[in-house]
This record gives sequence, C-alpha cells and structure tokens, in this order.
Amino acid sequence: MDHTQQLFEQMFGAEWGTTVYIVAKNLFYIFAIVVPLLLAVAYLTFAERKIIAYMQIRVGPNRVTFFGIPWLRGWGQPIADAVKAIMKEIIIPTGANKFLFLLAPILTIAPALAAWAVVPFSPELVLADINAGLLYILAMTSLGVYGVIIAGWASNSKYAFLGSMRSAAQVVSYELAMGFALVCVLMMSESLNLGDIVKGQQGDSLLNWYLIPLFPMFLVYFISGVAETNRAPFDVAEGESEIVAGFHVDYSGMAFTVFFLAEYANMILVATLTSIMFLGGWLPPVNIAPFTLIPGVVWLLLKIAFMLFFFLWFRATFPRYRYDQIMRLGWKIFIPITLVWIVLLGALMQLPESIKALFPLNLWFN
Amino acid sequence: MERIKHFFKSFLLFELLKGMKVTGRYLFAPKITVHYPEEKTPQSPRFRGLHALRRYPNGEERCIACKLCEAVCPALAITIESEQREDGTRRTTRYDIDMIKCIFCGFCEEACPVDAIVETRVLEYHGEVRGDLTYTKEMLLAVGDRYEEQIAKDREADAPYR
Repeated sequence: MDHTQQLFEQMFGAEWGTTVYIVAKNLFYIFAIVVPLLLAVAYLTFAERKIIAYMQIRVGPNRVTFFGIPWLRGWGQPIADAVKAIMKEIIIPTGANKFLFLLAPILTIAPALAAWAVVPFSPELVLADINAGLLYILAMTSLGVYGVIIAGWASNSKYAFLGSMRSAAQVVSYELAMGFALVCVLMMSESLNLGDIVKGQQGDSLLNWYLIPLFPMFLVYFISGVAETNRAPFDVAEGESEIVAGFHVDYSGMAFTVFFLAEYANMILVATLTSIMFLGGWLPPVNIAPFTLIPGVVWLLLKIAFMLFFFLWFRATFPRYRYDQIMRLGWKIFIPITLVWIVLLGALMQLPESIKALFPLNLWFN
Repeated sequence: MERIKHFFKSFLLFELLKGMKVTGRYLFAPKITVHYPEEKTPQSPRFRGLHALRRYPNGEERCIACKLCEAVCPALAITIESEQREDGTRRTTRYDIDMIKCIFCGFCEEACPVDAIVETRVLEYHGEVRGDLTYTKEMLLAVGDRYEEQIAKDREADAPYR
C-alpha cells in the first residue's frame, strides 16, 4: 500500500499525492463492494425465481444461456432482464412531479448501497471502520423509506400513494422492533462497531454466537427485516393483487429497475446484518482445523446466502398479511417481546461473577 | 387451557414452520413442467386445432358449398361464396376462415355433412402481418393435403363414439 502511495505522490506531487491517493483508494473499495453487490442482486433475482419455481414444482427460467453452453441454461436470464430494462423507455406520467419522480429511485437505492460501507467482510476488510456502525446502519436503512414515500407522492396516482403510505407506516413500526432487537445485540457486545460485535462472538464454536442467547431477538430482527424490505409476506406496499404494484406502479424501464435493485440490495443487507450480529459474521462455526482454513469472507457469504434463502422460502410459503395484522405483529407482539428481553438480558448481565462463570452463561458473558 | 395452547402454538411459530416444511419438501420434489418445444403433452384425436379442407381419395374436394358451417359458426369466422362448376356440381369459389375470429368450437366440423371442413391437431402456426391468419380455400386445402393421413386416422379413432 505504501508503495502505491509513493507512486501517487510522484505522479501528483507531495501536496496533492496523499489526497488523490485516499480518494482513489476509497473509490476502488467502493467499486469493489458495489459491483459484486449489483451482480449478487442480479443473481439473487435468478435464485429467487429458481427456488420459488422449485417449491411450486416448476423449473423456473432455464433457457437463456451464455454462448450456447448447455449447462449454463437459465444463468443468462438476469443479464437478459437487465438489458431489457435498460432499453425500455422511462415514462413520466403527465401529472407527476418530474424532479421528485426521478429522485425517488435514487433515494431508495443510495442508502441500500451506502450501508455497505460499515459492513466488515473479515477482521481487516471493511471500508469505513467507524465506531457508530450500528447507528449508521439504522440511519441508512431508515432513509430508504423516503424514496418510497417520494415515489408514491410524485407519481400523483392514488394507488402509488396508497402503497407508499402503507409502506411508510409499516417501515416506521418495524423500525422500532428492529432497533430494540439491536439494542440487545449492543448490550451483549458493549460496542456499536460491527467488527467488535463479531469479535464479541468469538469462541470455540457456534455456541458462542449471539444467535443462542438472543434467539427471540434474532427472529424479531429477521422478521422485521423482511417487513422493512417490504418483502412477502409483508409486501402490502406492493400488493400486486390489490393495488397493482403499490408505490412504483407508474415507474417503467430503468427507474423501475432501480427500485427493484434497491429491494434486493436491502434484502442482501438485512441478511448480512443478521449474519454479522447473530451468526458470527466471518467466524467459522467450529474453531478447528478444516473450518478455520476457509477464509472468513467465505463464511460470511455462506451465512448471507443461508439467510437469503429464508427470504425466498418465506415468499414461497406465506400468504400476504392483512394490514392490521402487520401492525398488530409489529406493535403488540414484537415490541413487547424485545422490551422484555432487554430487561431479562440486563438482569442476566448484572448477575454476580460467580454465577456468570457457570457453563452456558460463561459462553456469552465475560 | 385451549387459549394457552393456542398462545404457545402461535408464539413458537408452529404453524408457520409447518407451512415451511411443506414448501421445503416440494423444493426437492420431482418437477412436473413439460419442457414445451422438446416435450409435448399427449393430444386427443378430438383435438381442435387449425382447420383443414379435405379431399376424396380421387383428389376431388369434399366441400359442396352447403354453407352449413357458415350458418352454424358462432363467431361468424367463415365466409363462403359458391357457383356451379362446368360438370354441374356445386362448389365453393371462396372459403375463408378468419382464425382471429374463430373460437375453435368445432361446430363447423359437426355441421359438415361430407366431412370436408375438419379441425386438425396442428396448433403451432402464426401470422406475421395483418391478414396472415385469414386462411383461404387454397391454404385450407393445402393443410388438408399435408395432414390427410393424421386426419383420417383421427376420424377413424373417433368413429365408434359418433
């Protein structure tokens, strides 16, 4: 790294070299995160179609291939879809506010990508190792709802507006349960830094992960995450069978695709955060030879894929919740559970040292 | 007691897990999709696809321009014009079926006293410009000539039930 810095200083002079170097380095990291992320989004759509098809005893997309290679059949589908979306015209409705209409998809995808800045892929591999990582994540995931609200408002259509109002209320409700679940995590780890949260789960095996002491919080967080990303069974904001497509009903072409990208990027983000905060991030499940040899990034990716599979599984299984049921679940079930668990956890943490040293507790409290 | 049982059942996501078990099992179930161009579902001999006009074995067209099919057609898809030929028989000069109007009900086939207009098993045909799907007498006769073997076999298979 020093070598590259020297090279930059020679190229741009001592005064500008360091600045240019830092900008170039961060740009490189951003591309190194965003490009694979967008590819992952593309192939997540493919995985979704395939898995849901398999659960419905169909086969899913199995035609588009690369260069006619037979065993890649279906794998060209996301690329073909992307090309189609780019070619399509973006229609702006007559009554729409053009500026806000085009701003909304950007406001939706920007936080979904920005949140990745603090995600630790391995102990060293993190773009911004900030100490308020968890707060930053909460802020970014909450910002996404503005895009949805603006999209519904700018479309000047009642269906879009209904969808965005539903989405706003839903996201705000689940934000609370999600925040409380994260409070438990930060009580356990005593840190807001995501890297430290993972390090707090370090131990001999997966028994040390926060998954076990915080199992109800894990469920609450993940289900709230599903609701936050407006995925089935909480997809009343989209509600294809009642309000057509909800907030993005008037969007077409690439503008629509950006919403789509943001939804899937958010899914991956929620899966990543769940893996980091409850499933031990880059840590291997058992701390012995064959598992520790595999790099941490691979473990993290495996955990993300595992959690993403549940998103798709939920969508293939559950019918959409009614709106009042969603609200009931968020306010009357999740928030009480999380509040009770916070008190319980606090009590556990205040136990005398001698009791905390007993077998199961010594795994998580030290 | 019942309420407590219900409470724990819903609280432990019991029924949701049961639902996920079902979909999880079907993830590995054999798939029932028919891979269409490579595989096809079996067709009945009564399949009602593209129309054809048949001929007698000696090459004479069967249609006698009685216009029963035109009369019975609920979609008014058939247009027939007729005249007397030199040998004194009554024949069509024009026999058009507009495939876009046609609802493939098979009434024309039922109405025909000489088994001239029939519906074949052909379902893979298309039009590229407007008017392509208006089948004229020549086109229908050509379809009949092409699939005569299959048509005859299907009529024979269905004959016992008529």
